[in-house]
Amino acid sequence: MNESSKYVIQAVIVLIAAGLLLKIFSIQVVTEDFSQGGSRKQVEYPYRGNITDRNGKLIVYNSPVYDLMVVYNEARIADTTRFCLIFDIEREQLETALKKARKTRLIPVPVRERIYNHEFARIQDYLVDYPGFYVQARTIREYSSPALANALGYIGEISKSRLDRDTSGYYQSGDFIGISGLESRYEEQLRGKRGLKVKLVNAQGVEQGAYQEGRLDIPSQPGVNLVSTIDLDLQQYAEMLMAGKTGSIIALEPATGEILTMASGPSYDPNLLAGRDFGTNYADLQTDSLRPLFNRPIMADVYPPGSIFKLLQSLIALEEGVIEPYTRFTCNRNLIACHGPHSYENLNGAIKHSCNPYFYQTFRRILRNNEEEDPFKSAPIGMEKWRQYLLSFGLGRQLGIDLPNEKPGIIPKTDLYDRIYGKGRWKFSNVFSLAIGQGELGVSPLQMANFATIIANRGYYIRPHLIKSIGDQGPLPEYTEKLYSMVSEEHYTPVVDAMEDVVKSGTGQYRAKLKDITVCGKTGTVQNPHGEDHSVFIAFAPKENPQIAVSVYVENAGQGARAAAAIAGLMIEKYLKGEEAELRMEDYVLKGEFIY
Amino acid sequence: MRIQESVIERMDWVTVLLFLALVFFGWATIYAAVYDATDPVSIFNMRHEAGRQLVWIIGSILLIIAVMVIEFRFFETVSYIVYGIFIVMLIAVLFFGTKVSGARSWFDLGIYRLQPSEFAKIATAMALARYLQDSNGHFEKPQHYLWAAGLIGIPVLLILQQPDAGTALIFGSFIIMLYREGLNPIIPIAGITFVVLFILTLLVPELYLYIGILTIGGAAILLGVKSTQRILIIVAGMVVLSGAIKSMDFALNNILLPHQKTRIEVLFNPGLDPRGAGWNVTQAKNAIGAGGIYGKGYLDGLLTKNDYVPAHTTDFIYCTVAEELGFVGSFAMVALFVLLLLRLTRIAERQKSRFARVYGYGVVGILFFHFVINLAMTVGLFPVVGIPLPFFSYGGSSLWTFTILVFILIKLDAHRMQIFQR
Repeated sequence: MNESSKYVIQAVIVLIAAGLLLKIFSIQVVTEDFSQGGSRKQVEYPYRGNITDRNGKLIVYNSPVYDLMVVYNEARIADTTRFCLIFDIEREQLETALKKARKTRLIPVPVRERIYNHEFARIQDYLVDYPGFYVQARTIREYSSPALANALGYIGEISKSRLDRDTSGYYQSGDFIGISGLESRYEEQLRGKRGLKVKLVNAQGVEQGAYQEGRLDIPSQPGVNLVSTIDLDLQQYAEMLMAGKTGSIIALEPATGEILTMASGPSYDPNLLAGRDFGTNYADLQTDSLRPLFNRPIMADVYPPGSIFKLLQSLIALEEGVIEPYTRFTCNRNLIACHGPHSYENLNGAIKHSCNPYFYQTFRRILRNNEEEDPFKSAPIGMEKWRQYLLSFGLGRQLGIDLPNEKPGIIPKTDLYDRIYGKGRWKFSNVFSLAIGQGELGVSPLQMANFATIIANRGYYIRPHLIKSIGDQGPLPEYTEKLYSMVSEEHYTPVVDAMEDVVKSGTGQYRAKLKDITVCGKTGTVQNPHGEDHSVFIAFAPKENPQIAVSVYVENAGQGARAAAAIAGLMIEKYLKGEEAELRMEDYVLKGEFIY
Repeated sequence: MRIQESVIERMDWVTVLLFLALVFFGWATIYAAVYDATDPVSIFNMRHEAGRQLVWIIGSILLIIAVMVIEFRFFETVSYIVYGIFIVMLIAVLFFGTKVSGARSWFDLGIYRLQPSEFAKIATAMALARYLQDSNGHFEKPQHYLWAAGLIGIPVLLILQQPDAGTALIFGSFIIMLYREGLNPIIPIAGITFVVLFILTLLVPELYLYIGILTIGGAAILLGVKSTQRILIIVAGMVVLSGAIKSMDFALNNILLPHQKTRIEVLFNPGLDPRGAGWNVTQAKNAIGAGGIYGKGYLDGLLTKNDYVPAHTTDFIYCTVAEELGFVGSFAMVALFVLLLLRLTRIAERQKSRFARVYGYGVVGILFFHFVINLAMTVGLFPVVGIPLPFFSYGGSSLWTFTILVFILIKLDAHRMQIFQR
């Protein structure tokens, strides 16, 4: 027998015991992870940032709701029926929750979510009778008025697929996230930062206060409050005017690109998508044939601009030098239909009376204004240059508003006509309807309002935006930059003068005219093959140092001079005069039947 | 009565004191584990495990007296008979036993539940000692190895049928006894190699293991070995190891029961199933970690009560020591075990009869395996197999087994000089 094996055995005993002690030492003394035993980590949801209007009025804020939670190992229910009655839940709902809770044992599981304050007051006295059940507070969004729904958007619990796509690494299941509108666009600023509360728990999982005197707690950081460019009073007024109509009203502050009003009709009450009935309400809204979830100001980009486009043609023609303000054309109604008693107008008269043949001639000159003699060759070259002008006015592309899903609109490229007619086989006469804003054009209401802004500013715009300040940091940097059109400042003067006359004595007179305020505007009547024409009006006021630019688009409301002009006038008056506004066209707008 | 007095004089009191220290440390720990500050009861209260454990402790003192009174040669004489009885019981339990948490390993005798596999450990230790005593001298021939393997293998196979892998594992402890008796060290070394390989197959892609074996084998051939015979041995070794990797992979996926497989996998990845198989270990680690250096104080533990740590009075009893007494308490407990084990090896070494010496090392091995495997599984170094921590875990079967185990050795030791008086 080998004597040394005795020592080997003793050494093995001591060494293995020492190894175990080393492992125990690492768990008990070295590793931080395990020293948190006896604790339960609880997420502290941050306060989402509020949104106020430009005058400091609250638009969106948080309001407390309660989730009824259960911890399975502690739960005792003596009488299930009574329990369901008190807490107003279905038996199946309770059973599903308990089944889930059985698996998680000490981890709380929600039984009923989003209990409102008034209901909570009723049930909280009963909670003591049911050990293992407790309520956890969180917040939901609440809205001070049923306005601005589509622009604000809504928030919701993050979906599984969204969580999988998330690359930021921030989100966890159960988090709320902005799903559309401003809530989505400014999610990072609004959401704040989750905190952590570490609670001391005993073996039954019952909380015994803060763990390590709260030294490990991480306070949540509330989200940043946003200051909106919206004037809530004006917004509410616009939505009232849009009642019963389909279309949109947009008002901008020309000097800053700030959106004062952005109304989409028909709309919905944003509170519908904040409470616990989100699911059913959302389904109802989505299946509504009037499409209340469709944010027309930025998404309805298939509207042709109609006659307001004549202002743009004038500016381009002046810049190109193919007409002068005194240039006259005969109102030759053989070329293209026209309306009203006029026969031989200069630029001012042509805009004032919206003379179609005048702009027919103007557009022909624009397309032919190049070296090429052959009309089949000059038209494509002219068209490409013309398209560059349009782009510089923010048409045919996203303006870059701080909302998701902005549509770019449609402006034709030469290859579109190459495809239709063949390359080198089309000329002005094939595309002449573009002259008066019909044909292959699509402009969103926001782009129209922005166009009015460019004229008001005599040549530039700042990207329209809805948030003028993130906390007190001011807007995002892209919303301070001036973007210039390709038309130089001096050419705006005759166009602005003509717009003044439109309201004073032309197509827009009477309904948009205001006492003491010089309004400049232009009507548009967009031909609608499916029914009554759409009514369009863009305007800004006052003429010098403009404070507001407006675009109004009312579907199926006939001539632009009617509903749209009246609404634009009311908006301008309301904004500039406030309480003193007479608003004499209000009845006309509200009582007129503009929806079909 | 003269004989009894002399037995008391000749008993190894160091071992007895260490034994008593562990038993009372254990009893106090069970009391702490069930203590509820909102409803404090006395340690003698029969409603709780602590009170009942006292009954088992009193029972073991009676057992000690019985063992001390019995003629010392009796154990050697009856060893094969006892072994035979327990083999029969192990077979019977498969048919008439009561199922407790998945294993058919208990006889339900009304007030007392008997677990024959516990006592089979003692019986096997005695039978092996008796066999080596009879074979008189050497332990090196293949037939010796075969007999030893048979004596260990029969109960192991029967226990695996229950199935109770944890207890079966304890029978591996006889390798210590056999090693001391001259077993070729190649066998324990090969055993350890296979365990290491097994763990590596779980951690490392198979391909890397083959590359590793090729590299080490190739390096050995290139650097040192000149003779053809040795090269052949190394190549053969490489083939065996590669085969072993393959079969372990197979074993993991096909032979192990699903719950056994997950228990192994969560060792390396506790996050795999934090609410399921990983739960026990995570909770246990939390409780142990909560103790820190000095612990929260006796009876002041928060986590080791009720359901937070599973089996907190039995298999996971160490968590209570760790949480309430901290690393200091853990150190004291481990130190007591190590002192007892070293003392027992010393006792084994000083035996004049081979039976007593071999049995002594059997005791050392069984206690050591229980102690190491229980602690290792509690701290997450070993899969969760349900084996108790000697003297600490609540329960009669386990306490009585360890008492009888140790005190037979003390009895034999007390009479070690009498072997020449025969």
